[in-house]
Amino acid sequence: MNRHLISSADLTAADALAVLDTAEQLARLAERPIPKLPTLRGRTVVNLFYEDSTRTRISFEAAAKRLSADVINFSAKGSSVAKGESLKDTALTLQAMGADAVVIRHNASGAPHRLAEWVAGSVINAGDGTHEHPTQALLDAFTIRRRLHRLDGLRVAIVGDVLHSRVARSNVWLLHTLGAKVTLVAPPTLLPVAVNSWPCSVSYDFSSVLPRTDVVMMLRVQHERMSQAFFPSVREYSRRYGLDNDRMALLPDHAIVMHPGPMNRGVEIAADVADSPRSTIVEQVANGVSVRMAVLYLLLGGSGGGSGAVGTGSAGQPVLSPEVAR
Amino acid sequence: MSGAETRWLITGARLLGGEPADLLLNGQLIAEVAEPGQTEAGAGAGSGSGFLVLEADGLIALPGLVDLHTHLREPGREDAETVASGTAAAAMGGYTVVHAMANTDPVADTAGVVEQVWRLGQAAGRCDVQPVGAVTANLGGTQLAELGAMADSAAAVRVFSDDGRCVADATLMRRALEYVKAFDGVIAQHAQEPRLTEGAQLNEGEISARLGLSGWPAVAEEAIVARDCLLAAHVGSALHVCHVSTAGSVEIIRWAKSKGWRVSAEVTPHHLLLTDELADGYDPVYKVNPPLRTAADVAALREALADGTIDCVATDHAPHPVEDKDTEWSIAAFGMTGLETALRVVHEAMVSTGLLDWPGVADRMSVRPAAIGRLDASERAELRHGRPLAAGSPANLVLYDPAAAGVVDPASHVSRSKNSPFSGMKLPGRVVATFLRGEPTVLDGRLAR
Repeated sequence: MNRHLISSADLTAADALAVLDTAEQLARLAERPIPKLPTLRGRTVVNLFYEDSTRTRISFEAAAKRLSADVINFSAKGSSVAKGESLKDTALTLQAMGADAVVIRHNASGAPHRLAEWVAGSVINAGDGTHEHPTQALLDAFTIRRRLHRLDGLRVAIVGDVLHSRVARSNVWLLHTLGAKVTLVAPPTLLPVAVNSWPCSVSYDFSSVLPRTDVVMMLRVQHERMSQAFFPSVREYSRRYGLDNDRMALLPDHAIVMHPGPMNRGVEIAADVADSPRSTIVEQVANGVSVRMAVLYLLLGGSGGGSGAVGTGSAGQPVLSPEVAR
Repeated sequence: MSGAETRWLITGARLLGGEPADLLLNGQLIAEVAEPGQTEAGAGAGSGSGFLVLEADGLIALPGLVDLHTHLREPGREDAETVASGTAAAAMGGYTVVHAMANTDPVADTAGVVEQVWRLGQAAGRCDVQPVGAVTANLGGTQLAELGAMADSAAAVRVFSDDGRCVADATLMRRALEYVKAFDGVIAQHAQEPRLTEGAQLNEGEISARLGLSGWPAVAEEAIVARDCLLAAHVGSALHVCHVSTAGSVEIIRWAKSKGWRVSAEVTPHHLLLTDELADGYDPVYKVNPPLRTAADVAALREALADGTIDCVATDHAPHPVEDKDTEWSIAAFGMTGLETALRVVHEAMVSTGLLDWPGVADRMSVRPAAIGRLDASERAELRHGRPLAAGSPANLVLYDPAAAGVVDPASHVSRSKNSPFSGMKLPGRVVATFLRGEPTVLDGRLAR
């Protein structure tokens, strides 16, 4: 794996599977009385959050703490950022403090790329603007594999505001790399004009896609898109692209319904659907911690010289120390 | 300046890349152009006869370059560039006059500000500065600036532009085009439909879709270019299209010219050489407005410059201090420096590819931009630009070594800012010397004083 995790487009299938397999082993840790490993003891992970995102921040925080890392939460609000400090100066500050990894959430696409030029530690993208959110895609892939036991050849529909969605971008690249067949479903206004250059197909007709779908991934729709004329009204959006019970009935029996959260119940997803047995929404949250542990483990675990070092076996599989594997 | 007393004999220079010749500069004018050794001075006693000799064997002589589109930043952003540093950069690039854009602080929208900029250029003395006046007061886009007062000022403004902003209001654009007919002015439009480009960061296409950056669609330029061509035709006025960046704009301009309408256009060096794929690492040194486009657009722009559909190369030299570029892409400033690399980039993009010969380069970088800026027919001969390398012309010229090559290093640039997108690229050529009215501003690739 690379030193950073910035884009799921950078991941090879072997990289991605190493994360999923490691996450699978780490997930078992949660079942132990003390769900904690000493792997990253003495290492420092900084959560650098320029956007409010409680769920992603606490997921990374929990992941780092379960690996015994020291965690520093750096929120843009109430910090020197509010006084106009540049990202570069913040990066140099974190560098001087000896951060081994920086988890960054930022409203500007590409901010993690820039940060990676200014810090020596690993940079983990926790969502940048409308670019990518690679750990979300990894946890989604992990969730799909747990439910349906494979990824290769699966048919995945990603539905909603693809144009502004970092979750959609990361999932398109990662699922393609892992052999799934992705179909984007959205009104034409919410797709990039160059979407035909992406490794996926496109449909404007949600209902016609559902009978041939194994996984439906719903995206959050922002109310402010309406005032920007991307669609006429929330009601019309919901009628054409929302997932309600009637539409859910078009799915094959084994199909699952996903949502990265936070949901707009009654807009892109009906409450009944969100709470149905097909829904993986709560599992996604739990899996997020395991997958983020795996990412931190693989990026940092090997270079600390401490316990829990991880390498890559001859078959490309990650090799956990006995301490983890037992 | 002491130009009246100095005489230079330039020997063996290839005029417009052709046969070698000697040029005798006497005071502010070219006194004589002749075969090697055949000038009045060369046929005389040699050195010690009251003239200085510059051996230019192998160098190409071009008329002093003319830039229609430069941001000198003074007044207001002297941390990025000053008239003195910007004109030094211009001289290093082979320029003898630059048009200074109006988006300074205060805006160049009154006779007072344009005269100040013009005088600063005269005082710096390395390159003439011809101010561009704002079209609308404070670049506000709602009310015409005092165009006539700027035209009548000592700066004698003929080119007006709200560059950086588009005159989007169709009625206001029509009135501006009409109004400047009274003093043979031209409106230089930054063609950017504002609603289609709200928050725009990068050419809308494959790269912007993948990078998650708001798209700047080609149609936002082309819609304004088409509208303005039709307006110019309707009122019989002169329109100049700034920094054309798309294949579609080229088609529209070609069509407008075929109608005989008074439309001219420029292209920047960076749009002739670079594409949006460079944005891949989110380095804002590649952030510019209009944005870098696709390889197909670059090919169309080169072809249009070669066939004359696009009249000239203009740098859109846009210096920014490092802190305005060492940031996230979306908050970084738009713009790139260009004066010190323009001729080399045109060499690479147009001459090395066989699309343009050196007389063509002289035409697109000196003769035509001077004509568009109304600098070719000043009442005083020594103040003209873009004139042929012949006896009686002002002694404005650049000597260029086409055999040289080197890697661009912005740290070596004399511009106060270092935001060159060509940094690290190997480019052909080297500007060896620049003369402004008989005085060297650059000698041996360095500022002459």
